[in-house]
Amino acid sequence: MKRKLTMIQAITEAMDQKLADDSRIMLLGEDIGVNGGVFRATEDLIHKYGPDRVVDTPLAEAGIIGAAIGLAMNGKIPVVEIQFLAFIYPGFEQIVSHAARMRYRTRGQYHVPMVIRTPYGAGIRGPELHSESVETFFAHVPGLKVVAPSTPYDAKGLLIAAMEDPDPVIFLEPTKLYRAFKQEVPEEMYRVPIGKAKVVQEGSDVSIFAWGAMLRVAEDAAKQIERENGLSCEVIDLRTLYPLDRDTIIASVKKTGRAVVVHEAHKTAGLGAEIISIINDEALIYMKAPVKRITGFDVPVPQFSIEDDYLPTAERVKDGILETATF
Amino acid sequence: MSSLYQVLSPAGELVGDLKGQLDEATMIKMYENMVLARQFDRKSINLQRQGRMGTYAPFEGQEASQVGSAMALTPGDWLFPTYRDHAAAIVHGQSMARVFLYWMGHMEGSISPKHLNIMPPCVPIATQMVHAVGTAWASKLQNEKHVSIAYFGDGASSEGDFHEALNFAGVFQTPTIFFCQNNGFAISVPFSQQSSSKTIAQRSAAYDIPGVRIDGNDIFAVWLTMKEAMQRALDGKGPTLIEAVTFRYGAHTTADDPKKYRDQESLSEEWRQERDPLQRLRVYLENQGLWNETKEAELVARMNEQIDAALVEAESYPKSKPEDMFKHVYAEPSWMATEQESELVKPSKQEGIPA
Ligand SMILES: Cc1ncc(C[n+]2csc(CCOP(=O)(O)OP(=O)(O)O)c2C)c(N)n1
Repeated sequence: MKRKLTMIQAITEAMDQKLADDSRIMLLGEDIGVNGGVFRATEDLIHKYGPDRVVDTPLAEAGIIGAAIGLAMNGKIPVVEIQFLAFIYPGFEQIVSHAARMRYRTRGQYHVPMVIRTPYGAGIRGPELHSESVETFFAHVPGLKVVAPSTPYDAKGLLIAAMEDPDPVIFLEPTKLYRAFKQEVPEEMYRVPIGKAKVVQEGSDVSIFAWGAMLRVAEDAAKQIERENGLSCEVIDLRTLYPLDRDTIIASVKKTGRAVVVHEAHKTAGLGAEIISIINDEALIYMKAPVKRITGFDVPVPQFSIEDDYLPTAERVKDGILETATF
Repeated sequence: MSSLYQVLSPAGELVGDLKGQLDEATMIKMYENMVLARQFDRKSINLQRQGRMGTYAPFEGQEASQVGSAMALTPGDWLFPTYRDHAAAIVHGQSMARVFLYWMGHMEGSISPKHLNIMPPCVPIATQMVHAVGTAWASKLQNEKHVSIAYFGDGASSEGDFHEALNFAGVFQTPTIFFCQNNGFAISVPFSQQSSSKTIAQRSAAYDIPGVRIDGNDIFAVWLTMKEAMQRALDGKGPTLIEAVTFRYGAHTTADDPKKYRDQESLSEEWRQERDPLQRLRVYLENQGLWNETKEAELVARMNEQIDAALVEAESYPKSKPEDMFKHVYAEPSWMATEQESELVKPSKQEGIPA
């Protein structure tokens, strides 16, 4: 019963169980078969389900994603792995012009039930273009759902939900958390609903919104500030970045009157701006201070010698919290 | 191997025509550069293991392809390497210290000497190929007698950019050399699963440009083929696709374990025994009376000294400062970035904290 898994194990299990459960599911990607994926997310699945269902593709993201769109339109449910988020760019055209728009263009006649899984985010000392956090690109495109789990439990439940979703889902896996910790994960198939945020910790003074690897930074900052300054923080894991869970965001800020958004993506036009907008639209009069954003900077994610300086730290988040608290 | 263009056999015998182009000094230089490349590569792997460097992409086994092609270039030529083509970059004039720096996680590792056009290692697969078309096109339009060379792997030939690059180069007859090191694998996927075409060279037919398949472990074949391609390019006759068939003995990167997908030890051993690029040139030079044990020992010592000096230089390079990330993003930084920079360097606040 008390099984603990890492996030990568939880992700593997989700795919394994859906492959067994639904013969339409197919996995496609570079090195996902014999090699089990560069992060081993698909380890051994080719041996269990064969090379027609766990497919080592040629090195061609537009080909993989484009073909997956066709597969999805014609009865399959492709789950694509892109090795690192930045390598999705050659397939970007297929995602935004086609996966996102097929239902719309055909007035519902065809749709594209597919999942694109990809590791994202910094903090792993990766080479250039291995650490990007550009979720905004996808959240900006109507027709896509964007999901970013921060725990093994959610990763499994959200991935199963994504594989059962009738629309294309971009599934962003925080690389830094793949093996960072273990958590109890039920053996059976369960779903974590797409579009629902999670209140990780209740609080009354400040709401902190985060997702992916930044959730842990937010939690850290909340704990420290509670201890050091007696401020009570409500920490919310957004989990789904499109569609955002407006109700949970608004309910929280109505209670606390203060908010801090933490994301490692670049600041300008990052999702923090959207969350602030939602708060302005729905809860401005409840706010006691402007919403603070603690984010990555408007620079390319730097090489690893100064990568940590790019990422928001608990220290920076604490500063942000104090700024809203003392406004 | 018989379908490959070869000049120097694996046994170190001449089986092709040197066309009166290769003098002894060049041959010795070829060998020296290959030894340097090999020592550099091994040193890098060691540094990675010792935690003095990040993930590294080794190339041992591909020395003839990289060294031979880069030695054919002239200083004004444009070189577009991938993350694996450090030997080509070094031979074209990149400093070893810079290459070390790059893998130590410093952006400054991408800077090339001012008078040379050496691009930073390209990480996204195949994307540099179109740039090599562009720089070559400009050279042609500006009447500069220079070629552009794009390095890439067999896996890269599956990407759309590969096809777009060949097509553009064909249409605009740009002086571009597409230099593929076909090492048989794109991480775990063997070429037979990468493509149903038997060779990469044959793809040139689709774009009506010359394509050649050569023994990439035969530095003479590499060099002579390059010289021909360059001549054609400079004569205004457009691009060439070169497929150099070779092998990488080690892992894809220091983060990869090839035992999972290929019979690592025996495949590497087989290539080493039968086709090693250094070995075959060494045998040839020895048979010509141009090389011996003493020269070998002296060379290895000299190369190691150069590598060690480069390492000292790289490791004593000033540490990157957090503010460095804001440099060179734009010619003039935006107010947004400037504000963010001051936030980054601001000391954390201690006052005005409610208890
Ligand atoms: C667009 C893109 N997709 C995926 C990757 C991840 N990746 C890095 S190297 C590599 C294999 C490349 O194989 P090949 O082109 O044959 O060159 P080799 O590494 O064998 O020299 C892959 C898939 C990448 N860097 N860029």
